[in-house]
Amino acid sequence: MTSLTKKVAIAAIGAVIVAGLAAAPAQAAPKPGLKIAVIPKAINIGYFKGWNDGAQKACKEVKAAKCDYIGPTQATGPAQLKFINQAIQQRYNAIVLSAADQNALAPALKKAKAAGICVITSDADVADPKTRTAAVLPASAQRIGEAEVDWIAQEIGGKGKVAILSAASTAANQNAWIDFMKAYLPKKYPNIQLVGTYYGDDDATKSAQQFNQILTEHPDIAGIISPTTVGIRAAAQEKKSKGSSVAITGLGLPSEMKDYVLGGQVKKFGLWNPIDLGYVGTIAAAECASGNLTQKAGGKFTAGGKTYTQLPNGIIFLGDPATFDKANIVKFAAIY
Amino acid sequence: MKSGSFRLSWDKGIVLLLLLLILFGGRTNEFFLTGDNVNFLIGDVSEIMLIAFPMALLIIVKEIDLSVASILTLSSAVCGIAWQASQSMTVAILAGLAVGALCGLVNGLLVTKLGLSSLAVTIGTLALYRGLCYVALGDMPIADFPTEFTDLGYNPVPGTFLPWVVVPMVVAAIVFWYVLHGTRTGRWLFAIGQGDEAAQFSGIPVLRVKLWLFILTGFMSGVAGIAYTVRFASSSPDGALGFELLVIAAVLFGGVAIAGGVGTIWGVIAAVLIWGFSQSYLQLIGWDANALVIVSGMLLLISVTIPRLLSTIRDALAHKTSRPMGRGGVSSPSGGETAHPSPAAAGHDQGSHRG
Repeated sequence: MTSLTKKVAIAAIGAVIVAGLAAAPAQAAPKPGLKIAVIPKAINIGYFKGWNDGAQKACKEVKAAKCDYIGPTQATGPAQLKFINQAIQQRYNAIVLSAADQNALAPALKKAKAAGICVITSDADVADPKTRTAAVLPASAQRIGEAEVDWIAQEIGGKGKVAILSAASTAANQNAWIDFMKAYLPKKYPNIQLVGTYYGDDDATKSAQQFNQILTEHPDIAGIISPTTVGIRAAAQEKKSKGSSVAITGLGLPSEMKDYVLGGQVKKFGLWNPIDLGYVGTIAAAECASGNLTQKAGGKFTAGGKTYTQLPNGIIFLGDPATFDKANIVKFAAIY
Repeated sequence: MKSGSFRLSWDKGIVLLLLLLILFGGRTNEFFLTGDNVNFLIGDVSEIMLIAFPMALLIIVKEIDLSVASILTLSSAVCGIAWQASQSMTVAILAGLAVGALCGLVNGLLVTKLGLSSLAVTIGTLALYRGLCYVALGDMPIADFPTEFTDLGYNPVPGTFLPWVVVPMVVAAIVFWYVLHGTRTGRWLFAIGQGDEAAQFSGIPVLRVKLWLFILTGFMSGVAGIAYTVRFASSSPDGALGFELLVIAAVLFGGVAIAGGVGTIWGVIAAVLIWGFSQSYLQLIGWDANALVIVSGMLLLISVTIPRLLSTIRDALAHKTSRPMGRGGVSSPSGGETAHPSPAAAGHDQGSHRG
C-alpha cells in the first residue's frame, strides 16, 4: 500500500465515521447571503456548463445572495485574470476557480487573499497551494490510471494484449496516469500484456492513424486504453468504420461518445463529473467564506450528505471517475 | 489642410470621449473609479500601451509590425531561461530586453535591406518567434521567479494604488511624446509617412530611420514582455496571444492614419485608456466576455470607418458649396481618396502635431 492509498483509505474510514455521527452538528452551516464568483477556464465550453450547474445547485443550498458565472472566452490564465480582479473589486466573499494556467494567476490570487476572499480551485488546481484554500479535484492520478486498467480488464476478461493511445508524449496529466497504469497492470492483471504507448497528439486524424498502426503491429490486440477525449473518440470512429473487434475504453466526453456506446463500439468509459466538481467546490467555498474551512490536512466538510477530507496542501478528491455505459449515456450526453 | 484639421479634431474627440467615459463610469458604478479598479485597469492595458508607442511611430512611417506579441512572449521566455541559468534577475531582464531588440533588428533588416513588405515579413516572424517560444520552453512554463520580482506585479507603488508598471509606462509616454512631437527625428517620421521618395530627396536617411524603429518596437515589446512576466509571475509559451491586434486597433483608434503620416502620442494614450476603461466598465455592469470581444472589434471598425465617412461627407459638402449647381453625384467617387492626407496638406500640419 502506498502512502497515498493509505491516506485515501483512512479518509474513507473517516468519512464513514463522520457520516455515522452526522446527527451531531460538528460544523456550523454556511452563512446565508454570500457573494460567490464561479470562474471557469472559459465560458463557452460545454463541460463548464455542467460544472456551473453543480455550482448553482450548491449556491441555492447555501442560500448565496449572488452566484455569478463569469469568465473569459479563451481558456488562458491571463484571460482569467480580469475576472479574478472583478471578483476582488466587487468584494465577493469567495471564488470558485478552474485554473486555466497553473502559475499565471498566483499574483491575482494573492491579491484576492489579501482582500479577504476565499479561493477554492475546482476541476483544475494552481501550482502554489498557498494561493488558494483548497482544491476540489476529480481523483488522484493513481485512481484515474488504475480505474482505466480495471475497465479494460473487465471487458477483455483479464487477459490479452493491450495498448495505450495517449495525447502528446509531453502531456503531463496523461503521462502521470500512464505511469500508474504501468505499475498497476502486472500486479493486478499478470495475464495482460502492455504492448506499447502510442501518441495521437490530441489530433483526431493522427489518433486515427495511430489506432490503425496499433492494429497493424498487433493484429491480436485485445484492448486499447485511450486516456484522452480526442483519442478515445477517434479510436471508436475507426473501430466503427473498420469493423474491428478490439475493446476500447478510457476517458471521453459523454456527448461525443454517445453514438459509439449506443452503437456497441465502446462498452464503458469514464470521466470525472463536472457537476459534482462544481457542486463540491462551491460548497467548500461557502464553508470557507463562513469561517468553517481552512487549509488543514485532515480538515473535513460535508457536501450533499457526503463528507470530504483534506489531504496535505488542501487537496480534496471526489473519488473514482464517473463511468458511462448504455444505461446512463443518454442522460449525461445531454449535460456535457 | 482639410483632412489635417479633421484629424486633429479626431484626436481631441478621443480625449473628450475618454473624459466623458471616466465621468459617466464614475457616476454610474460605485466600483469604477476605486483605487483597486484603476490599479487593475492600468495593469490590463500596460503591455498594450508600452507597445502602442513604437507601433504608432511605425504606422506613421507606413510600416507595421505584427510580430510584437510573439516578441513579447519570446522576451518573457528568454528572461525565464536566463533567470534559471544565472539566478540573477538583472541578467534575466537584460537578456529579455536584448532578445526583444534583436527580434526587432531581424524584422528591420528583412524590411530595409531586402525591401520586403513589413506586413509579410512580420506575419512570418509572428509565427517564427512564437515557434521559438515553444522550442525554448516546451510545455513547461517557468514560474520559479524570486518573490521580490513577482511581488512587483502584486504590490502597488508605495503610498499609491498604482501598480509598478506605471513607471515604465510614464517614462515611455514622455520619451515617445518628446521624440515624435519635439525633435527633428519626429518631423522626419511624418515626412517619411507622407512619402518615402520625397523624404529621401530631402536628405532623410529613410531606411536607417525605419531600421531603428523596428529595433525600438522589438525593444519595447521586450519591456512589455518583462512587465507581462511580472504580472503573471511566469513565462509561458502561449502568452499574449492576439495582443498585436489590440495594439494596432488602439493605435488606429487613437487617430494614427493607417496610410501613414499622421498621428499623435496623446491620441494613442487616450485610445488605449478608452479601451481599458470601456472593457472595465462593461465588465463591472455585468456584460460577459463574448460581448467584450465584440466591443473591441466595434472600436476598431469605428476608428477606421468614421474618419472615412466624415471626410466623405465633408468633401461632398465642400463640392456642393463651391459648385452650388454642380453635379454632386459625380464628385462622390473621389470622396474616399481625401481621407488619406495628401503630402502637401499634411505637411502643413506638422507644427500643429507638436504637444
